[in-house]
Amino acid sequence: MEFFRKQTNFPFMGTRKIWYGLSAVLMIVSFVSFFVNGLNFALDFTGGVSTNVTFQNSTDPEQVRSALQAAQFHEPQVTTFGSSREVSIRLPPVEGQSSEQIAAKLGEALKPLDPDVKIDPPEIIGAQVGDELRTSAIWALVFTLIGIFIYLALRFHTWRLSVGAILAVSHDPILVLGVFSITQTSFDLPVVAAVLAVIGYSLNDTVVVFDRIRERFEVSRRLPPAVVLDQAINQTLSRTIMTKVVTSIVVLALLFLGGPVLRGFSEALMIGILAGTYSSIYISSAVALDLGLTAEHVFPPVKKSPVDDLP
Amino acid sequence: MLEYARWKYILVVVVLLLASILALPNLFGYTPAMQFARKDRADIDATAQATVEKFFKEHQIPFTSSSLEDGRLMFRFADVPTQLRARDVVLVDQELNRTYATALSLATRAPAIFGKIGLKPMSLGLDLRGGLYLLYEVDTAGAVAQVLESYEQSVRRVLQNAKIPFTDVVVTRVGDADANNAVRVLLPPGGNAGAALDALSKGMTDLTFDTIQLSSGPAVQGVMSPAQIRERQNYAITKNIETLRNRVNELGVAEPIVQRQGNNRINVQLAGVLNSAEVKDILGKVATLEWRLVDMQNNPAEAAARGRAPLGSKLYTERGTGRPVLLKRDVIITGDSLTDARSAPSQDGPSVAIRLDARGGDEMLKTTSANVGRRMGVVLIEKTTETVMVDGKPTPREVTTQEVISDATIRGVFSNQFNITGLRQSEAQELALLLRAGSLAAPMRVVEERIIGPSVGAENIRSGVIALIVGMVGTYLFMAMYYKVFGLVADAVLLANVVLLTALLSIMGAQLSLPGIAGIILTVGMAVDANVLIYERIREELRLGVSPQAAIKAGFEKAFSAIADSNITTLIAGIVLWVFGTGPIQGFAIVLVLGIFTSMFTALMGSRALLTLMYGGRRKLTHLPI
Repeated sequence: MEFFRKQTNFPFMGTRKIWYGLSAVLMIVSFVSFFVNGLNFALDFTGGVSTNVTFQNSTDPEQVRSALQAAQFHEPQVTTFGSSREVSIRLPPVEGQSSEQIAAKLGEALKPLDPDVKIDPPEIIGAQVGDELRTSAIWALVFTLIGIFIYLALRFHTWRLSVGAILAVSHDPILVLGVFSITQTSFDLPVVAAVLAVIGYSLNDTVVVFDRIRERFEVSRRLPPAVVLDQAINQTLSRTIMTKVVTSIVVLALLFLGGPVLRGFSEALMIGILAGTYSSIYISSAVALDLGLTAEHVFPPVKKSPVDDLP
Repeated sequence: MLEYARWKYILVVVVLLLASILALPNLFGYTPAMQFARKDRADIDATAQATVEKFFKEHQIPFTSSSLEDGRLMFRFADVPTQLRARDVVLVDQELNRTYATALSLATRAPAIFGKIGLKPMSLGLDLRGGLYLLYEVDTAGAVAQVLESYEQSVRRVLQNAKIPFTDVVVTRVGDADANNAVRVLLPPGGNAGAALDALSKGMTDLTFDTIQLSSGPAVQGVMSPAQIRERQNYAITKNIETLRNRVNELGVAEPIVQRQGNNRINVQLAGVLNSAEVKDILGKVATLEWRLVDMQNNPAEAAARGRAPLGSKLYTERGTGRPVLLKRDVIITGDSLTDARSAPSQDGPSVAIRLDARGGDEMLKTTSANVGRRMGVVLIEKTTETVMVDGKPTPREVTTQEVISDATIRGVFSNQFNITGLRQSEAQELALLLRAGSLAAPMRVVEERIIGPSVGAENIRSGVIALIVGMVGTYLFMAMYYKVFGLVADAVLLANVVLLTALLSIMGAQLSLPGIAGIILTVGMAVDANVLIYERIREELRLGVSPQAAIKAGFEKAFSAIADSNITTLIAGIVLWVFGTGPIQGFAIVLVLGIFTSMFTALMGSRALLTLMYGGRRKLTHLPI
């Protein structure tokens, strides 16, 4: 089995204006949604309230949830723990209320279910912890991009390829954030891990293409750069698609079977992998080309010596 | 002819054999369990084991096995509901609760022989086994305030001893510090600043003093340097971590984790513990120690009867006995100065060996030189929060208890090292533990708390493992379809990769979390990449008309730079995650980073060895099943 029996010859560079346009639209939509809707940050980043409640008899978390919603508690998360009489309740942060006030309100809401319900003193998860997590997530993103930029600049001897890679690679997490903000999917800590992994993987593809570009330039220095780039992308195309198919298999397994904790994580990976495949094929090399990439940039001008001209 | 160095074959075989053995315990899986530990930390014996076994049988709770492991008793159950029923019946039994601390846990099903030769399965994170996660924030500013207060006292004493008159001694903020950082002596107008400076510089060596002129008159101040403040804050955190560790040990939880997180936070992970209120109570107990001389002139029983202590003394009760004790008001040193306390045998029978820091040693030397033959007491001051009902509403209230935990005669002059004697063996042990665990160097509060129920943990493991199996099988089938025999080779290599990764995680003692399992699944997906790069190259070479064996060789060689480059970029992302991440995210990062190395090894060396073995020696090879 092979995706492409013959070597493909798609004109990726010739059609790059179209892909730039598509990417620009996607980026603008993502940014607009990001700034208008924002992200639906999970408890990890917002802080919140948590408490444990003990009922006299076994209880259904679903019932507790609706009782809380009826009492104007927003987005309560209710889970059983220990025995089936005990549930743990999580609430988003409440401004200006003390632990005791929340306990009293919870008591009122849950009395109809069980008049002897026992409520532990609620714990308020510091919003500061959440703030710091958010800051460190942003720093993690920045450091990853810087590290990668430096590595690429060292490896390929030209900033043109680095800029192409960074643009392509930034493109993918922005798209992931865009989709998360449009769908208002809960954005938790594992999603951040997924976004960073997406950066790594997306780059993986870009680097494989760049590696081939370098190789093609070495073999045929006199060909126009656009032709060389097209050759490199086409020659690595079946590998790019093959790897993505296999990675998608495992990510889909995670998405559908990995349980609720990993849902956001796998969604982010799935979107990121699709975006990464697209950007490494259509964006990274095209940007380098428009920045004037030539063979000389990858292989700095060789000093003329008689040996070079020998066959 | 294709050749591959013999040592490389040997390396591949040895590494994989070793990895298989190390990874083996993971195959057996885990079973819900309950652990019993004696509250006095003594070992549990077979008689006690039989008693608890009988208890479970009486309550008709079936257990699959009970075993003694490191002095602790482990009961294994068939499923989580049975485990929870066991917990419910144990919790209401007064008798058992008095003697044992219990914790729900997950125990490996691997035969005991593995444990004996040091082979353990991967340890599971709280999200997989259930338990309590607490994040404490240490009030480092409070730690600095405490030390400034003690400086203030010392300054007063030095000046009084030197008979230098002063208006007041205050703790204040100097320069652009964001909190108090200095002690300042206010002298009356025309006061002798030079003499004060002299006395203080000699009497207190850890602060540097200088004179300043205020509108109220001359003053002398000592400012803590930023380095001193940092040192003090670090000390407070390290000390609190130590205290937390000791207290956690009292709980008898298996494999507790107490570690520093960031600048001023401490995270505590207690597997299988679900009763957060009780645990927080024990861990967050703010206790301090004070050493005071015993008031030997007055009769404590009389004072207790009167309900009032004589002037210059304070009335206490002794822990355990409730006997009244009169101690002097002046504090010699506080628990802050304590650096170590452990029970040790001495000539006079069991004792507790105490070690103090230099400042505490000086104070102790001064006191003991003047008071040989008198008695000295140690007071334990505990602050706990308890919830009481006020107008029908639960309201937290801070409760302070002060008890004398030791009252002993000063036998000679000592400073920073001494023994407390006159104790029974068990008393010595308990006192040492109380002294060590008793003091927090700075107040702290819970800023984050997570409880993961055991059923949630079991569900997380189940879904993680199913996703892993489905993802791997899907990958295997697809690779075999797409690359035929070469695909099967890749599959073998992928399996080796997972075994290697599991072995590494097991011996490193890394905690496996749900994101960690996701990391393993992703590693499977990404490890394929190296094989794909190589195989696509081989196909390309074959298309160019290169001979099969040369194509294999060229495939490996030409794909190498792409494989290396692409893995290094993922490595950068993985390392950043490792550094910035906490908890489960770090678990994901560890798997990601290790997975890069194992997949490079297996794809480059393992698959080359296998392919060379299969096709290297065939003379009439015209076609490759790729």
